[in-house]
Amino acid sequence: MSDIAPVYHYRTLVVTVENKSGVLARVAGLFARRGFNIESLAVAPTDNENFSRLTIVVELASSPLEQVIKQLDKLINVVEIRELHPDHSVERELMIVTVEAEPDRRDELVEHLDRAGGKVLSVGVDRMMLSLVGPPDRIDEFEDLLRPHGIVELQRTGRVALAALDEGG
Amino acid sequence: MNSMDGGQALIRALEEEGVDLLFGLPGGAILPVYDPLIDSSIRHVLVRHEQGAGHMASGYAHATGRPGVVMVTSGPAATNIVTPLCDAHLDSVPLVCITGQVPVSAIGTDAFQECDTTGITMSVTKHNFLVTEPDDIPKAIKEAFHIATTGRPGPVLVDIPKDIVDPNNPRSAMDWPGNVDIDLPGYNPRTDVDPTDIVAAVDLLRAAEKPILYVGGGVLKARAAEALYQLVELTGIHVVTTLMARGAFPDSHELCLGMPGMHGNFTAVTAMQESDLLVALGARFDDRVTGRIDGFAPNAKIIHVDIDAAELGKVRRPDVAIQGDCRVAIEAIVAELLINGLGSADRDAWRSCISGWKERFPLAYEPWAEGQALKPQYVLERLRDLTPADTIVTSGVGQHQMWASQYWTFDHPYTWVNSGGLGTMGYAIPAAIGAKAGMPHRMVWAVDGDGCFQMTAQELVTATVEGFPIKVALLNNSYLGMVRQWQEMFYEERFSEVFLSKDLPDYKLWAQSMGCAAIRVDEPDEIDAAITKANEINDRPVVIDFRVMAEEKVFPMVPSGASNSDLVVPPSQADQPR
Repeated sequence: MSDIAPVYHYRTLVVTVENKSGVLARVAGLFARRGFNIESLAVAPTDNENFSRLTIVVELASSPLEQVIKQLDKLINVVEIRELHPDHSVERELMIVTVEAEPDRRDELVEHLDRAGGKVLSVGVDRMMLSLVGPPDRIDEFEDLLRPHGIVELQRTGRVALAALDEGG
Repeated sequence: MNSMDGGQALIRALEEEGVDLLFGLPGGAILPVYDPLIDSSIRHVLVRHEQGAGHMASGYAHATGRPGVVMVTSGPAATNIVTPLCDAHLDSVPLVCITGQVPVSAIGTDAFQECDTTGITMSVTKHNFLVTEPDDIPKAIKEAFHIATTGRPGPVLVDIPKDIVDPNNPRSAMDWPGNVDIDLPGYNPRTDVDPTDIVAAVDLLRAAEKPILYVGGGVLKARAAEALYQLVELTGIHVVTTLMARGAFPDSHELCLGMPGMHGNFTAVTAMQESDLLVALGARFDDRVTGRIDGFAPNAKIIHVDIDAAELGKVRRPDVAIQGDCRVAIEAIVAELLINGLGSADRDAWRSCISGWKERFPLAYEPWAEGQALKPQYVLERLRDLTPADTIVTSGVGQHQMWASQYWTFDHPYTWVNSGGLGTMGYAIPAAIGAKAGMPHRMVWAVDGDGCFQMTAQELVTATVEGFPIKVALLNNSYLGMVRQWQEMFYEERFSEVFLSKDLPDYKLWAQSMGCAAIRVDEPDEIDAAITKANEINDRPVVIDFRVMAEEKVFPMVPSGASNSDLVVPPSQADQPR
């Protein structure tokens, strides 16, 4: 184990916005015109129908985080912005993927899948559809494992995140 | 219950916001709203081009402090208003712009005169709305004015589909609500300041031996000129006023160093460069002020006051950041200085340094010689001296703008109206009309160039017909002068597409055809008489066509991309020790 803290190249912003038409365009337009880069973006309703939540992963190298947050905060429809540090948050992403799976290679695939904690969603003549939920780096690793088998189609949701609970909380 | 249609509600909502003037031009989609306008107390000024309406509203807002209001139709009218919106966005001018839109059912079908107005204007407004139900109109208008005029001011657009305002369409029927409540959970502009920031700022201020107050347009927006005056009188600290802040502190005051930046005067630029503390008040470290940013005021600590948190640290990291209203912040700084003392920093050496620069590097131009066209700087000096001190001056963009800012003596706030951030050619005439409309008892001069004049001169028809007797000082050098200057200085005098025409158009005839009085001045000894005559004409606009030298350049100048330490002074001062 290394005692050096990992250096993350991104931060996650959880942004609560008014659920109004055009809000996503305002956020995307802001990032585009100020030259900020989005690594991933997920949008979903919240438990309150008046608000939606965007989970935006911001690449730190290209985007001055403080400016990103302050500029986002100027958008009238942005209600709240929470910055999540990777060390103090729980991040999850969902991938569904269709891979080439001739019968003689299926056992190997299922072994990978079990180890990663994924699920078989559907089995075809020579293909399988799998799903995996996990931290984004685990999804990356699994994707790498599948690649030699032949990925037919792949879809990832982009990450969502929540602040980690306090110790014992 | 108060039954009405959406169009009536829109006009009523504007009346309830205290709107007295509306600049606009009707067309298909907005047409139904022009009917209830006939019965309204609001005066409508019919423009000749929608861009003119936007700049008029901006001039009105600059001069009066009240939001300028514009109403135009959909499609091409909406795209014509994009430039003034962007202009107002960059200069933080409070505007409310109503645009017509095709009926809700036609949106997205590429209908006649349809365009995605809210999409197009998203990045050039503080906020915009597409209203799809007549019941939402009163709230949208109230929110638009609230957003435009609070926090950092800016333009807000409200897009109104035709069917919700058309009395012939049942969709427009509505009842005026009992209460119109603002519902903007994400908008909480902060005006108060953090007392600990004030104490930290004043500690820096007390210790500074070479401080400068770097005053930006935010001071005017915050109506903070009086508070600033008090701060300066109390501390004896020198002031620079940026292009957006001319008049925020009187030029005649001995502690005023004038305009900094690319064409600032030597002392203002150099004092900032050499300072040990810059107190930025409602200023945003614009590239035209800072020059090359890594060479800007290298030894200065920074106190930055701005109502927009995003400006704090955007360009230069402040040592003390104060988010809040400039007036509140300045008053708090004054109070802290009065209670706990001014400190005892020795600033004698700094003061004598500054007076030395002022003596060696005044604004200067070569004297006129027989056979030359007029000196534009001299024209402006005469105009300045022959008009009342509270004259409102507007300008276009280019050399004439810089000379006007340099050579005018701005002793009153809200007397200088120009396009700073966007640099919109053609701003002067419509802005002057808007200023005159808002301040009818004040003399209003538009200082314009011939390139600019040709972009928006048709609004002089508006000025004549609507009864706004503005005056235009046209500094006509037959060139796009500022571009010509850059080509002369930085492109080895290879002049590319900058010569307009020696005699076309005939500005005098053109002005007369638009109902203006017109005078052409070729000789220096005709200048005073022409200005005096123009000042006496109050029943129609006046245009004076001053034939000025094309070779004249704006000095000093910091070349683009250079450090402010490499300021180019006029040739006559090149050998002066700095």
